[in-house]
Amino acid sequence: MGQETTEGAIREILATYGRLKQSAVDIGVDADLFEAGLDSQAVINVMLAIEERFDFEFPEDRLNRATFATIASINTVVERARAAA
Amino acid sequence: MSDLNAVSTPHIVEVGPPSMPDEVLKAARDAAADVDHDGRFPAESFWALRDFGMLGALIPTSCGGQGATLARVAADCQSLGAACSTSGMVLAMHHVQVACLARHALGAPWHTAFMRRVASNQLLLASSTSEVDIGGALRTSSCAIEQHRTWFSVMKRASAISYAKDADAILVTARADPDAASSDQVLVVLERKQFTLEPQNEWDAMGMRGTGTGAFILTGKGGVEQIFATPFADVAASTMVPISHILWSAVWTGIAGDAVARARAFLRKKPPAADGSLPHGAVALAEAVEQLQLAESRIKMAIAAFDWRTPTTPSFAAAAADNGLKTGVSEVCLAVTQQAMAVCGFAGFARKGPFSVSRHLRDLHSAPLMIANSRMRESAARLLLAQKPLLGLD
Repeated sequence: MGQETTEGAIREILATYGRLKQSAVDIGVDADLFEAGLDSQAVINVMLAIEERFDFEFPEDRLNRATFATIASINTVVERARAAA
Repeated sequence: MSDLNAVSTPHIVEVGPPSMPDEVLKAARDAAADVDHDGRFPAESFWALRDFGMLGALIPTSCGGQGATLARVAADCQSLGAACSTSGMVLAMHHVQVACLARHALGAPWHTAFMRRVASNQLLLASSTSEVDIGGALRTSSCAIEQHRTWFSVMKRASAISYAKDADAILVTARADPDAASSDQVLVVLERKQFTLEPQNEWDAMGMRGTGTGAFILTGKGGVEQIFATPFADVAASTMVPISHILWSAVWTGIAGDAVARARAFLRKKPPAADGSLPHGAVALAEAVEQLQLAESRIKMAIAAFDWRTPTTPSFAAAAADNGLKTGVSEVCLAVTQQAMAVCGFAGFARKGPFSVSRHLRDLHSAPLMIANSRMRESAARLLLAQKPLLGLD
């Protein structure tokens, strides 16, 4: 197995916990996840799973809906936090 | 939103001089027993509120409103709730809808013109979010907007719309289109002449009897420009939910405050004991006041933390705090009023008389139920697992 990409892992977590109406594998990186069916319960599970997978904590100021609105924005926050770690 | 910078919205925390006219409070108080008994709309209160332009309190002065602060409006809802619970709650629900317009649709030509009409014609706004196959889950819709070029239609099996028959317009949530996910919602304004209501049941409840919170099949048509451009997810998170909890809580503390005032009056009527001892119930009164003051501080804290000028989606911890405001204050107000009844005894249990608090108690039993506290705590619990709570005096 090659190195897993952050985006790939986020998609996998969204597929498991996101309750999306469409496949998390091919949804656009800038598509609105809330429009795709991500709800307020699912978003917490997604967040906790991402923290678990990457062994980090989301910064306080990024714990809001906007961070979880798209795969791109989740990816940015995760990559930045991991770079800073 | 840059549009908000252009209007003169005063600082939100400032309370300013009382603005709820005594005439309105008197009209509400005089009709309260009748409104409760007959389970009818508090028309007297709303005639008076309209006479003083109070339905436009939260509308910016640039749109012909009063440009009042959230703190001022909360104090007004509290004093009206003390005079007549139903009137206070209806006014609070109206202001929540106005806040959604003022904070999320001020730049849109149709909505701006509509807000001017709300102020000039003193239109009363109602809300339709809950749905038969969904229940009270605000962020989920089953019904969908069907767009036909320049206009849209919607049919909603609404499980509860308050004062629907007395409202001049209803703000309705629906999925953005028939293929949209249940959480992909929009908010639309439907004016009186644009919708029909088919009543499904009669509201004959234990309390808040004048709110007329019935189930209806709502069928409406409007121009596509009446759809909010901001997704409902954002309107709900940054305005509808937090402002609802602040203004409902204000009403509940008003009701509980009136019950406490009656308990105090009851104790003061008692002849003083020869040995100077406290009348029975006086300590309970002190406890009730303590609790009510905690509840009021919690509301003031929420108002101070609320940034009116820049609608932003709250953090998880802030959203949990929004829920905690409602669950906490609703239960405290009910408990305080129960204590007021214990102080007044059968004079409190009575339906009439200066020491009656039975209507207050019946009305406040709605508080933990309007969006069930148990469900709100589950949601807060989830949010608090994600982010540490907002605590600390710094």
